Amino acid sequence: MSTKPFLNIDHVDKIFPLGKGKEYVALRDVKLEIRENEIVSIIGHSGCGKSTILNLIAGLDTITKGVILLEDREINAPGPERAVVFQNHSLLPWLSVYQNIEMAVKKVRSDLNPKEVRDHVIRYIDLVNLDHAKDKYPAEISGGMKQRVGIARALSIEPKVLLMDEPFGALDSLTRANLQDHLMRIQMQTGNTVIIITHDVDEAVLLSDRVIMMTNGPEATIGEILEVNLPHPRERLTLQHNEEYLQCRGAIVEFLYSKFAKHDE
Amino acid sequence: MPYKTINAIALPTLLFGVLIAVWSTVAIKIPGFPTPMETWNELLIVLSNPLYDNGAGDQGIALQLMSSLKRVFGGFALAIAVGVPVGLLIGMSKAAQTAFNPYIQILKPVSPLAWLPLALFVFKDVDMTAIFVIFITSIWPIIINTALGVRSVSEDYLNVAKVLQLTPFEKVFQIILPVAVPFIFTGMRLSLGIAWLVIVAAEMLTGGLGIGFWIWDEYNNLNYSHIIIGIILIGVVGYILDTIMGFIADHFDYRKRGRV
Ligand SMILES: Nc1ncnc2c1ncn2[C@@H]1O[C@H](COP(=O)(O)OP(=O)(O)O)[C@@H](O)[C@H]1O
Ligand SMILES: [Mg+2]
Repeated sequence: MSTKPFLNIDHVDKIFPLGKGKEYVALRDVKLEIRENEIVSIIGHSGCGKSTILNLIAGLDTITKGVILLEDREINAPGPERAVVFQNHSLLPWLSVYQNIEMAVKKVRSDLNPKEVRDHVIRYIDLVNLDHAKDKYPAEISGGMKQRVGIARALSIEPKVLLMDEPFGALDSLTRANLQDHLMRIQMQTGNTVIIITHDVDEAVLLSDRVIMMTNGPEATIGEILEVNLPHPRERLTLQHNEEYLQCRGAIVEFLYSKFAKHDE
Repeated sequence: MPYKTINAIALPTLLFGVLIAVWSTVAIKIPGFPTPMETWNELLIVLSNPLYDNGAGDQGIALQLMSSLKRVFGGFALAIAVGVPVGLLIGMSKAAQTAFNPYIQILKPVSPLAWLPLALFVFKDVDMTAIFVIFITSIWPIIINTALGVRSVSEDYLNVAKVLQLTPFEKVFQIILPVAVPFIFTGMRLSLGIAWLVIVAAEMLTGGLGIGFWIWDEYNNLNYSHIIIGIILIGVVGYILDTIMGFIADHFDYRKRGRV
């Protein structure tokens, strides 16, 4: 693993103009360096600016001050090297599971011939174990399956960074655990760099190499960064009594509910 | 037979009886008003030779209806060709919306028949005039519904387009149109319905050919039973048009292709 930052968020501010000369300073002086192949989670109370950071990295919103560099290149527009998995899956309802992924592959991998496109799409459908549902439409499959298709679509364009905004937030806890396992397995296989936003303490510790804890807005910034020194693959059952796991968990709970408690939610 | 089926047949039949009774009473009170029986007999005669052609002004009922339908479809097709692109533009561009909106708001409430004399003066041709009037009739619902469809494309889908760096062209065909098509068809269905209403009045004014002209001509011939026949046939054709449009609209609506 190289030591130079793969993704460098360098002194970034984000200010939303509110009209009539008013403005809201959402982020102030956010600094974060992310290594290649790392899984990083960003945790914080709702409204602190987690989605804002992710949208800046994705290029879906503009930076007010500072710069974000991916492999030393400045980010100023969306692009397929930064794939996004949205909270509400955002699959196109008029396309089947297969077609949703195919559409992305066809656009981004224009070098592939039809047979290669097919193989490529199938490979990513298999990666999320959805071969049996490949001809179904989004309305015909469960929320967890939709989110898996969303992940497969994002990975199929072979991004440098996978950005996930509370990807499992809308799912029940059993489905959520199942998808977390899928994600860990896939990351082991593909070695993607992943940034995942969550407000779930266990999810953050289970999935990530580092947990980025954010202070509350306005002028939110990074409060603490926690290293999770647990080897992959991780097993949720055995971790339950693991010292390191419990310490990490404790540190995040301490941060969220004592140091930066939010009382108005 | 299930109770529902019996009702579905019995209730309209009952009402039919009432309508015939009212009609007969009116026919007795107003001298010269055709009775239901006279009208029925006339209908059989009219339908027995629907395709006769004795030259201008004297043609069978099917030919009259066909020429009305031709004009309606001509104007309707033009309205789609112009209205859908304009609607897409207005839906996608705030500037276009600002530019077009005042004119749409002012022109939309104008009866299409108000354009008729102007069109007649410009084209000096009955067919062209009728087609133009139908065009003006049909275009507003198509523009408005197309723009509405475009604006109903969710931000999430547009973000997908951005991340994949779709070109504007790809964005229109792969993201916007699939969402907007059901709205466009709703607009088309509305338009076609109004167009069929308007063509009758337009043809009464332009004369020469068409079901509207035919009805007015039969009024001048004191042939009142034919007016009633005309009304019924216009209704039946309008109903068929609407059913076909509804059928096509459902076919192009991804939400109705066997899934929720
Ligand atoms: N487009 C916008 N205009 C104004 N304020 C915004 C906008 N987007 C987000 N905000 C504000 O910025 C803050 C952070 O939002 P967000 O990043 O969505 O929070 P979260 O951590 O819950 O994802 C919130 O207070 C929100 O109201
Ligand atoms: Mg959020």
